[in-house]
Amino acid sequence: MKVLKPGLLTTVQDLGRHGYQRDGVSVGGAMDAQALRVANLLVGNPENAAGLEFTLLGPTLEFTGDTLFAVTGGHMSPRIGDRSVPEARPVLARAGATLSFKECVSGARGYLAFAGGFDVPEVLGSRGTHLRAGFGGLDGRALRAGDTLRLAPRSDSAERVLQSLAHRPGTFVATPWSVSASALPRYAASPTVRVIPGIHFARFDDANRRAFFQDGFRITPQSDRMGYRLEGPLLSLIEPLEPISEPVCAGTIQVPPEGQAIVLMADRQSAGGYPRIGQVITVDLPLIAQTKAGDTLRFSEVSLEQAEELYVERERTIEQVRQGLLHAPH
Amino acid sequence: MILEPLGDSALLIRLGDQIDEATHRRVAAAAAHIAAHPFPGMIEHVPAFTTIAVHYEPLRVPGTGSAFARASGLVSKLLADVPDLALAESPPVEIPVCYGGDLGPDLDVVAQHAGITADEVVRIHAAGDYRVYMIGFSPGFPFLGGLDERISAPRRSSPRLAVPAGSVAIGGKQTGVYPIETPGGWQIIGRTKTRLFRPDLSPPTLIHMGARVRFRAMSRVEFDR
Repeated sequence: MKVLKPGLLTTVQDLGRHGYQRDGVSVGGAMDAQALRVANLLVGNPENAAGLEFTLLGPTLEFTGDTLFAVTGGHMSPRIGDRSVPEARPVLARAGATLSFKECVSGARGYLAFAGGFDVPEVLGSRGTHLRAGFGGLDGRALRAGDTLRLAPRSDSAERVLQSLAHRPGTFVATPWSVSASALPRYAASPTVRVIPGIHFARFDDANRRAFFQDGFRITPQSDRMGYRLEGPLLSLIEPLEPISEPVCAGTIQVPPEGQAIVLMADRQSAGGYPRIGQVITVDLPLIAQTKAGDTLRFSEVSLEQAEELYVERERTIEQVRQGLLHAPH
Repeated sequence: MILEPLGDSALLIRLGDQIDEATHRRVAAAAAHIAAHPFPGMIEHVPAFTTIAVHYEPLRVPGTGSAFARASGLVSKLLADVPDLALAESPPVEIPVCYGGDLGPDLDVVAQHAGITADEVVRIHAAGDYRVYMIGFSPGFPFLGGLDERISAPRRSSPRLAVPAGSVAIGGKQTGVYPIETPGGWQIIGRTKTRLFRPDLSPPTLIHMGARVRFRAMSRVEFDR
């Protein structure tokens, strides 16, 4: 396919680069991993196949061959010609069709998976783009107009879906069914995000601990794939604390001395040295990934046990999607 | 040793509470043992100064009870029996550095803070025998222990937005090298042409936790050659 317009911060991403944090290499990967996983399943790919992540504004792509794709994530008004393209289901676009996006209706990040996945080299075990160090994905950078992207061969199940659509006319054809809404996160512009208290939670005073779970936090424009900087109640420690740098993970909420929380996201550093007030649970990371500057979020407290149960439940749902698609109506 | 959860898919092994050679030895020995004996469902381990994170896929860790309980059980069992690790006494990696000038804009700041001349700072820095306590911050960035306290220097009050790749710097009681251009708050005293991070290689880093490092002063003429 050809990139006619790149959209905003459109990068090739998979589920990240594991095993190299000890070399200082961030995990990266899709910010809303659940959206990419489901999009991949819809087009018969392994969940980890390389697709596109874009931010607020999607790319304009011209298909040079018949292409099976799926759009998930934030609602970004995808269209081919002047017809809107349905989301969360497989769509067959015919050679010569041009996919574009009109406006961001809700959410912040859109995902496009293509049957076969992008045929870009694996670097350190991932096809995802590491923007800061400039490797992975397409030459280690965001897409530009004029780029060409190639897909790897489609799976048998993608081929079956494609055959079931192929007899119908039109520049594009979508399946009449879509993936169940429960398979995707419940996005909201002002989400409540569940948090396990962090190791330094008790080092913040009572009023701060209450404010953390009561007040709203505004997403500032200084938020990106590395971390979301929040603006909310000033969080201060009972007494100063300068912890030794320790490993962090996605969702770690750090509080630097000025008192404004930062939620670490996909492109985070492997270690951090600020006090940790909390830890966003894995299943709620997509909710943050789909907020943008100016949105507000709130935190609610859960236990580690609840977080683990929610994780198991989500994986069960995705497994049901996977099983369901194996027997999808054709 | 203390095990605590790090979110719902990782745990943290705490092996000390200060940055020193003894703690580093414990971390290095435990990390090597974990690397050699990964348990089912383990994704990766990430050693730091006093801690090691172990990331796991909660559904794949065998046993009964919560995922954290299962993973901690396996890690405790593993760490009950960590062989003493002779720290690698292989020859140190030599990193040639062109100190001062536009390549080391903060050399004079460090000298003033220490109350000695810039030349003495260079001599002391290049005479040191360093050990990589941890790789982090950015791809391949080594946090080096063993800095002579006379030339320790506070971080800049306002970090630079872009520190050039190869910059050799001092931050507090540590020294290090910025492998790629990133923002950074350490005092830059020189630059090397040695590439510490090569994503096309596996492993992608020139030096690893536990390695020894020495710096050698090189002239500007040699640097430009």
